[in-house]
Amino acid sequence: MVGGNVMRSALMALMALPAAAFGDNQVNMSPGVTTIGAEIYDLHMLIMIICVVIGIGVFGVMFYSIIYHRKSRGVVPSQFHESTKVEVAWTVVPFLILIGMAVPATSTLLEVYDNDDAELDILVTGYQWKWKYEYLDESGENVSFFSNLATPQEEIYNTDQKGEHYLLEVDEPLVIPVDTKVRFLITANDVIHSWWVPEIAVKRDAIPGFINETWTKITEEGIYRGQCTELCGAYHGFMPVVVHAVSREEFDAWMDAKRADEAAQVAAAAVDLSLDELMSKGEAVYNAQCLACHGAQGEGGVGNAIAGSAIALGDIGTHLDVGIKGVAGTAMQAFGGQLNDVDMAAVITYQRNAFGNNTGDVIQPSDVASHKQG
Amino acid sequence: MGDHHHGPATGIGRWLFTTNHKDIGTMYLWFSFAMFILGGTFAMIIRAELFQPGMQLVEPGFFNQMTTLHGLVMVFGAIMPSFVGLANWLIPMMIGAPDMALPRMNNWSFWILPPGFLMLASTLFMEGGAPAFGWTFYAPLSTTYAAPSVTFFIFAIHILGVSSIMGSINIIATVMNMRAPGMTYMKMPLFVWTWLITAFLLVAVMPVLAGAVTMMLMDIHFGTSFFSAAGGGDPVLFQHIFWFFGHPEVYIIILPAFGVVSQIIPAFSRKPLFGYASMVYATASIAFLSFIVWAHHMYTVGMPVAGELFFMYATMLIAVPTGVKVFNWITTMWRGALSFETPMLFCIGFLVLFTIGGFTGLMLSIAPADFQYHDTYFVVAHFHYVMVAGAVFSMTAAVYYWLPKWSGRMYNETMGKVHFWISFVGFNITFFPQHFVGLAGMPRRIPDYALQFADFNMMSSIGAFIYGASQILFLYNVLATIIAGEKVTDDKVWDGAEGLEWTIPTPAPYHTFEVPPKLDAAHA
Repeated sequence: MVGGNVMRSALMALMALPAAAFGDNQVNMSPGVTTIGAEIYDLHMLIMIICVVIGIGVFGVMFYSIIYHRKSRGVVPSQFHESTKVEVAWTVVPFLILIGMAVPATSTLLEVYDNDDAELDILVTGYQWKWKYEYLDESGENVSFFSNLATPQEEIYNTDQKGEHYLLEVDEPLVIPVDTKVRFLITANDVIHSWWVPEIAVKRDAIPGFINETWTKITEEGIYRGQCTELCGAYHGFMPVVVHAVSREEFDAWMDAKRADEAAQVAAAAVDLSLDELMSKGEAVYNAQCLACHGAQGEGGVGNAIAGSAIALGDIGTHLDVGIKGVAGTAMQAFGGQLNDVDMAAVITYQRNAFGNNTGDVIQPSDVASHKQG
Repeated sequence: MGDHHHGPATGIGRWLFTTNHKDIGTMYLWFSFAMFILGGTFAMIIRAELFQPGMQLVEPGFFNQMTTLHGLVMVFGAIMPSFVGLANWLIPMMIGAPDMALPRMNNWSFWILPPGFLMLASTLFMEGGAPAFGWTFYAPLSTTYAAPSVTFFIFAIHILGVSSIMGSINIIATVMNMRAPGMTYMKMPLFVWTWLITAFLLVAVMPVLAGAVTMMLMDIHFGTSFFSAAGGGDPVLFQHIFWFFGHPEVYIIILPAFGVVSQIIPAFSRKPLFGYASMVYATASIAFLSFIVWAHHMYTVGMPVAGELFFMYATMLIAVPTGVKVFNWITTMWRGALSFETPMLFCIGFLVLFTIGGFTGLMLSIAPADFQYHDTYFVVAHFHYVMVAGAVFSMTAAVYYWLPKWSGRMYNETMGKVHFWISFVGFNITFFPQHFVGLAGMPRRIPDYALQFADFNMMSSIGAFIYGASQILFLYNVLATIIAGEKVTDDKVWDGAEGLEWTIPTPAPYHTFEVPPKLDAAHA
């Protein structure tokens, strides 16, 4: 796109002005790393330049008037009004300009909506407040995992230095191969979320009960960061999206490792763990999954308190039910599908023995598995 | 003639039982200013939390309550009632009517507002906190996932809706039936025209909003599934219904502002409005288009591409009548004899900043580009340029312009100008950088943000404190004027002002136009 390049360099010059004033701060949209992203960027710049030109004209006339047609200069006001010619002109000309804008906008939109011929399908599910990624495999051997915010609470509450990717870092990023058309099937488990990565120009709402389709084809390897962009509750600002775009070989290797890892987890579920092992694992799971709602000391918040709660001190089966099936109609999700049996056993054990809940109960992965089977 | 037209009653009874359009207008204006301060306080809490990255002052859940209440209070409590107050004061005076057509309903439509807002504000003290799902209250976050206080929110919205509908019916009845003889529709001042059209919009869409919140109520308490896919409903249905109300709503807010500006710019240009008829037609076109563009708020929900294209084209079309308006105001100024008293300064501020907001609106209408803008600070910047610099600036202009007529006293011009410049500079420091952070990728409605957005957010917060503080100056100036301002006695307070309201004595007597005026050559 020659036109696009010329326009882009003209714009770089224009943008250099505020950039010089504001140092390293990004002041404009990024063209990103996809052809769609670059087209959207060009469209954005085209419309903006047209607006700037019209604005200079309109404000120019206005300020000329403000300077030269002042009462204090002794001017006598003209009394002219109504002119069909002028009024037709300023109705028709803007209309023609709009048609000029609508043409490229339509063609870009049609490309965004072309979901055909994808080489890889990924189901993206929004949860309060994390994303689940599931690689759909024709053989039915899907690989899936959750992607949680990795920024520690200490950084958020200012007791620790904030890292470079503060709030834009996750424990497990989405990994996709470059130069591959990847189709995203986007949905949600609870409320509406929206999956957005600015540099690949994909934003689509995740709506519970419905599946939206969109796609990307990334041309450059790298790490691209975004966030949820639909208000989804208290921790809406804390569910980032991180995409690792890697070469095809790296992607295949990663996928193999992921499958091996899942197999290892199944094996681990058969082994019993000591209370200490369960407690240390459980603390990590608690901090990643439960802390936001139930508090660092189990004191509660969005969710009920765990310290001294009837559930954590009462029947183990009820406690497992709440953890595995959630509580319908509340922010307490069904974690049975999110945590593996080892993590579930660990976090239940932890909740029953931490925060002064010293029940001494030990729940093993095998207990979770048998509970799930009823 | 016997003195059977008594003046105002004394004591609290005057205000509780009044059916006088001027008293009711005054109450609306003071009430809306109180709500403006309350909504502004919420905004200050938001900007204080966003001053730096990290959570400092409030918890994320409370932050969401603040953004929600800020939006609701500003839209339903500050801007809308302020223009209803202006309509009450001015429409009878502008069309030569003795009062509003339905004075008792007028009293009622004001007096149900304070309890409505009391109910909304009381949710802050309820278990689970106030509504925290944004002023757009998308389901299911606002239904099965909401705090119990949502039920009070629903009833508050119902009350505000009833008040708006009654106010609108009153305005329609007044304009249609009570114009002075000889004042045909095409001779009405533009402020009256814009309000007549606005009133029709309100009557059309407030029941839709009432329907939306009633469906929420059913979903929450009576087991229906309007907005839940699990029961055969659709969360996106909520958004369609909400924005079928919500988009006309933004024109409900801005059309009376257009009317105000169309009165004030000719006065201080000492020159008639360039194209009266085209202004009326442009207003009507905008009102019509407002009903067929609602889904441009929903480009990312996954509509079929044909739907996206329809809503994109229809939305782009709004630029035409809006352009006609801006060109008209500027042509009105052209070769006039301009002077820059405070009302004119606020109108010029409106003109510049509203036009910028219009440009970003055009950018947002482009569906593929909107995939990058949607729900970012770019949108926040856009709608504050049209809501604050559009509606609030024009409302402020209106207060300065008509206050001498209402009170018989002149405000302090220097203080007015200082108020304008602090507002103008503070506003731009607040909202201009939000375009940048939005384009750079900062979502809206987040209580904490990544480090690359820190500088501009700090700038925004400083601007917001400046803009907020300037409103205290406004309050002081208005109070000082009413209590001890220099007395004015000219019927025509401003030498360039036109219209029937400038033919009655200053200050405006309690009862005006008991006998319909004769329209002189200038008005007939």
